[in-house]
Amino acid sequence: FSLSNNSLVHGGHARQAEVASSFPPLQTYTEEEGMMREAVKKYAQERIAPLVSKMDENSHMDEEVIKSLFEQGLMGIEIDPEYGGTGSSFFSSILVIEELAKVDPSVAVLCDIQNTLINTLFVKLGTPAQKEKYLNRLSTDMIGSFCLSEAESGSDAFALKTRAEKHKDYYVINGSKMWISNAEHAGVFLVMANVDLSAGYRGITCFIVDRDTEGLEIGKKENKLGLRASSTCPLNFDNIKVPEKNILGEVGHGYKYAIGMLNEGRIGIAAQMLGLAQGCFDHTVPYTRQRVQFGKRIFDFQGMQHQIAHVATQIEAARLLTYNAARLKEAGRTFIKEACMAKYFSAEVATLTTSKCIEWMGGVGFTKDYPIEKYYRDCKIGTIYEGTTNIQLSTMAKFIDKEYNV
Amino acid sequence: MSGRVLVGVKRVIDYAVKIRVKPDNTGVVTDGVKHSMNPFCEIAVEEAVKLKEKKLIKEVVAVSCGPQQSQETIRTALAMGADRGIHVDVSGKDYENLGPLQVSKILAALAKQEDAQLILLGKQAIDDDCNQTGQMTAALLDWPQGTFASEVSLEGDKINLVREIDGGLEHIKINTPAVITADLRLNTPRYATLPNIMDSLMNNETELHKPNHRTSLCVGLIPLFETVAPEDMQGGTDRSGAMLRHTVLQSGKPKRIILSCLCI
Repeated sequence: FSLSNNSLVHGGHARQAEVASSFPPLQTYTEEEGMMREAVKKYAQERIAPLVSKMDENSHMDEEVIKSLFEQGLMGIEIDPEYGGTGSSFFSSILVIEELAKVDPSVAVLCDIQNTLINTLFVKLGTPAQKEKYLNRLSTDMIGSFCLSEAESGSDAFALKTRAEKHKDYYVINGSKMWISNAEHAGVFLVMANVDLSAGYRGITCFIVDRDTEGLEIGKKENKLGLRASSTCPLNFDNIKVPEKNILGEVGHGYKYAIGMLNEGRIGIAAQMLGLAQGCFDHTVPYTRQRVQFGKRIFDFQGMQHQIAHVATQIEAARLLTYNAARLKEAGRTFIKEACMAKYFSAEVATLTTSKCIEWMGGVGFTKDYPIEKYYRDCKIGTIYEGTTNIQLSTMAKFIDKEYNV
Repeated sequence: MSGRVLVGVKRVIDYAVKIRVKPDNTGVVTDGVKHSMNPFCEIAVEEAVKLKEKKLIKEVVAVSCGPQQSQETIRTALAMGADRGIHVDVSGKDYENLGPLQVSKILAALAKQEDAQLILLGKQAIDDDCNQTGQMTAALLDWPQGTFASEVSLEGDKINLVREIDGGLEHIKINTPAVITADLRLNTPRYATLPNIMDSLMNNETELHKPNHRTSLCVGLIPLFETVAPEDMQGGTDRSGAMLRHTVLQSGKPKRIILSCLCI
């Protein structure tokens, strides 16, 4: 027993402690993130939960919900307090979206689009004048919509046909968009239009279009299977005039911005699907612990236990993929492949979880009196929007191909 | 008048958590269990912040007695609009023995130190349901008390109070400085908005105080013999004189039902 032995042991422990603290588990949150999550959880349970069923049935987002989202600071999470925002981080946004999705994925998607697409575009690309005009309103009372998809161009986004013709110091935009979320309530639209169709995607430009622009027509909202409280409308542009100063970023760079934003938005959708799966699961397991058949809780049947444990594992894996993609992005490291994985996987997990939950609930799972069937309907869009599952997989494959190209 | 209000906030097991008694019957399980601010304390904080917004008082100071984690409770109060916090550090055995008498001695001492005009507390805590701290604090300070307040309005240096009592509503007028305890219907507490949470985290104005053992913590301790869970409820039988008491919280849904039967 010598001093050197002691110091080795001590040194070993110190190094272990150092490693442990430098690499905390993914489910580690800063105090700020923890407090935000708790606050949103409480708010969602008390202010949104009672309205979910009604909003779904009427396919209408309650104005009170929208107003309280702004009041709580949930619509400007990453916007600087100088512009009325919360001044928090991307990961906080992800946690907020996850918590909202546990209660209502429609509300979560409204919050997600605002924060990860609209706000980010303005913050990254806006001129001081544009930021001055829009950021304050986006944090406090105005919803934004992101307009890329058209009837003839979904996955093939850059084949969009909406065109913008230059006249002196303004553009005239003609065309239409489809599947535009938040359109019913949006005050500003970020429209991707092509200024030079002969240049292909290099003509795509991002235009800021105010709701009251003459010639802008918001069509009737779609009657959807799920996410019904989130309005999804076609838009028509009939010779609308947009001043040159309303171009966000540079002419012809719109395609870059779209891809860039969607890479980040992807993680937001992953968080939404994750919250959806968790929320559905949280409603179901208590039922299985109460429901008794053949003299025991249905939870106690081994068949059930195995299924429940399997789903719980999938949700945990989805969570780790999502959180890691978010942390990678925050750390400024490459994250596109991981973001695709997170979105693809979370959407699949949401589909599996909701389907299983209905089965575990039995007959009552199949009725509208219980919230489970809504989660089942809501999850399906996860594999479709903001990049279909097939697109995610192809993107991942491109990265994998590059990785092995040595 | 200093225009300063002291608001007591207690860290308790969250109201939604299912309470479990420890296997050795020495208390309830608290390790790893979700804790939050006592709901009646939230109402007290809300009332204090409202008074400040109406410019009737100048400063809201949130006070909590307990271990390190009590600082989270103070932070929530800051996020709701309190100006600064005081954490009275009580941990270990002292914390286990901490009850209304000890807390009211601490609050009385702080009130004098901070030159408080008003002390706002929740009417009771949902863990011990004592409903004593407000009353004891007032007695120690020899201040008037307005308990079970469902309406508070300041009129010059007096306070108009509506109290919820068994017979209905009682209207009283008391002098300041005074102690008020908040009842359920006094107000609906605001949510801490995300910007407020950010601000509260920048706020480094929570002081740490160490209470005087001799005068505050070691006096009037009540020995705890045993903690037992109530028996599981049996199926209903018709008994004349059965009494049912509800504890109904903000959501309007009954959270705890305590059934005691008087068999005549």
